[in-house]
Amino acid sequence: MTEQRLSLIKSKLEKFSPDYYDVNGTPGVVTNPQSIVEICTILKTDKELCFDMLRDEIGIDNFTKKNRFEIVCYLYSTVFRERFFVKVLLESKNPEMPSLTSIWKSANWYEREVFDMFGINFTNHPDLRRIYMPDEFEYFPLRKDFPLMGIPGSIILPNK
Amino acid sequence: MGLNESLEKEGFFTTKLNELVEYSRRNSLWPMPMGISCCAIEMMAAAASRFDIARFGSEVFRFSPRQSDIMIVAGTVTYKMSKVVRKVYDQMPDPKWVVAMGACTSSGGMYRTYSVVQGIDQFLPVDVYVAGCPPRPENLLNSLMFIQNKIKAGVKPKSMEMK
Repeated sequence: MTEQRLSLIKSKLEKFSPDYYDVNGTPGVVTNPQSIVEICTILKTDKELCFDMLRDEIGIDNFTKKNRFEIVCYLYSTVFRERFFVKVLLESKNPEMPSLTSIWKSANWYEREVFDMFGINFTNHPDLRRIYMPDEFEYFPLRKDFPLMGIPGSIILPNK
Repeated sequence: MGLNESLEKEGFFTTKLNELVEYSRRNSLWPMPMGISCCAIEMMAAAASRFDIARFGSEVFRFSPRQSDIMIVAGTVTYKMSKVVRKVYDQMPDPKWVVAMGACTSSGGMYRTYSVVQGIDQFLPVDVYVAGCPPRPENLLNSLMFIQNKIKAGVKPKSMEMK
């Protein structure tokens, strides 16, 4: 992305005064759960930005005391062929953020996966169920405090 | 002159009923292809013309468990899938055999993790384990011959031993 285009995004998001970062030439913005929906709505609906595709929504467990969980949204503009990241910092206890399904429909299953693996609660999600693990499973496997081989007896096998 | 020879002259041959049943049983082992992941590709190769599982009477891959005798579990069995595998197995009529094909099925293989069952013998009576990742079709055919020899020797399948 060119400097010109980046400064255009910066001017559009001026009222939130967020932090910016760069991953190998692809810029990103760091924000909080309160303003994520508003920022994403601007990024999608603005005619000069037009990030109309949500390519991925990823959860990260940093295992730190403050801001333990992060969500990274990977956006793509099919009009300008540009990529952009939106990172959300979440609190360590009861991580929660509003769902992006009202903006991009494809967020539905991404958020179900993040919920399944990290236990992050997405408010206003239409169908927040587990997507990989069995429904009766009680743990969140990709959290750093979950043992690799799982908790014995947490998933019941059929009788021999 | 014995009874057998005089009967053969008449155009009959004699055998034990048990042996006749075993003979037909071991030469018509219809497999249930429980192909879950990449081992299933080798299982298909075993069925195709180069290796030709039909030479052993097992060319009829039955996708209905009601019509199959031997279940080839080919692939990584997760905890979520284990219930399905067991359900299919339970629907098969006795006598039935189970082949654990490949490293993942036999022991969890390289998937040493929370979601994969570390060997299907935790919930199924396995008759033959096939080594390899994935095993070559010859190896799968060898396991089939192993089961045939078991039937010939009058060894009961593991599923009947349990009862």
